[in-house]
Amino acid sequence: MLPLVASVELSTATFLLLTLVGGIAFGVVLERAGFGSGCKLTAVFYGYDMSVVKVMFTAIVTAMVGLWGLAAAGAIDMAEIYIVPTNYLAQLVGGLVFGVGFVLGGYCPGTSVVACASGRLDAFAFVAGLLAGIALYARYLGDAETWIRANAIDDVTLVSLTGIAAGWWVALFVVALAAAAWGMGLAERAFARLDPRR
Amino acid sequence: MATTIAGRRPGQPAERKARPYWNPYVAGFALGLVLLGGYLLLGRGLGATGAFSALAAWFASLVSPEGAAANPVHARYLENGPPLLEYVPILVLGTLIGGAVSAWLAGRIRFGIDSGPGIGRGARLALAFAGGALAAIGAKIALGCTSGQALSGAAVLNVGSLVFMVAVFTSGYLVAFLFRKEWL
Repeated sequence: MLPLVASVELSTATFLLLTLVGGIAFGVVLERAGFGSGCKLTAVFYGYDMSVVKVMFTAIVTAMVGLWGLAAAGAIDMAEIYIVPTNYLAQLVGGLVFGVGFVLGGYCPGTSVVACASGRLDAFAFVAGLLAGIALYARYLGDAETWIRANAIDDVTLVSLTGIAAGWWVALFVVALAAAAWGMGLAERAFARLDPRR
Repeated sequence: MATTIAGRRPGQPAERKARPYWNPYVAGFALGLVLLGGYLLLGRGLGATGAFSALAAWFASLVSPEGAAANPVHARYLENGPPLLEYVPILVLGTLIGGAVSAWLAGRIRFGIDSGPGIGRGARLALAFAGGALAAIGAKIALGCTSGQALSGAAVLNVGSLVFMVAVFTSGYLVAFLFRKEWL
């Protein structure tokens, strides 16, 4: 029965070794997607290169179909899967702030690591900013942190919220990805003139 | 940038051209398999911000162990032994290694600054620092970033993760015009 950690007792060393291997794969894929470049990442906000959405959306749908299929076959116990708690206000406000940081900084936390590994000096500045931001948050927003965590609800999914079975949502996401792929192709042609490399 | 390499034979290109990126849908499929692997083996999705949170907590504990342990933001990273020997910090260490090896093999290691043509180096570095600080504060408020929330959460139909993702792209598109001099 999957996940592995729920059925096999892993030593801390084994768990961390598997984690390291997973991280290496994560880094390789992000780098090969071009996400070690701030120009490539922020291009999504100017429409001439939609790779960020293409990669993210495809990854989400791939993992979603895999998890759903395995759950339907009874091979995975979804109750053992960790899901980040939901606090709507926090995730709305946090997302709005994060979006500004993404465009301004050129990276998100994961891709900044790959950009540092590729030698980008602005990514090192971004990482220094990340640490400074966490220090500021810890210094001045401790009460907010306490409130956010106290008012977060566990395991709120589209399935538990609406009562509509997971299979329908997965089908909807697959159709949405196909529609988005078509729309993004149109956007890239419409905004191609914005590409500074041209 | 030094393009003359010792022992370069005539006819060899002066600057080695980087290999092309993967097709984004292929890269997305591969990223989805990595994410799926995380869920199937370790019962967890991917993450990144947690590593910086652990690092910041560790720094804070070096400066003042009592102060860090009393801080609600830092304390949760210091309660269970060494903060850097946890899931997300080790995952991000792997990401650094994998990114470096991949960039090296593809001929993409380049020491420079990524920006549009119309902005100075100092200004770009300052904006990158400010952007990093805002991204961290946003991720702390939202309990996760593009990896831990948007990617990992959306794959399990987590409603808060979908709210986060819509909010990120909404504000990104709203402010992109203001910052166009940085990138276009």
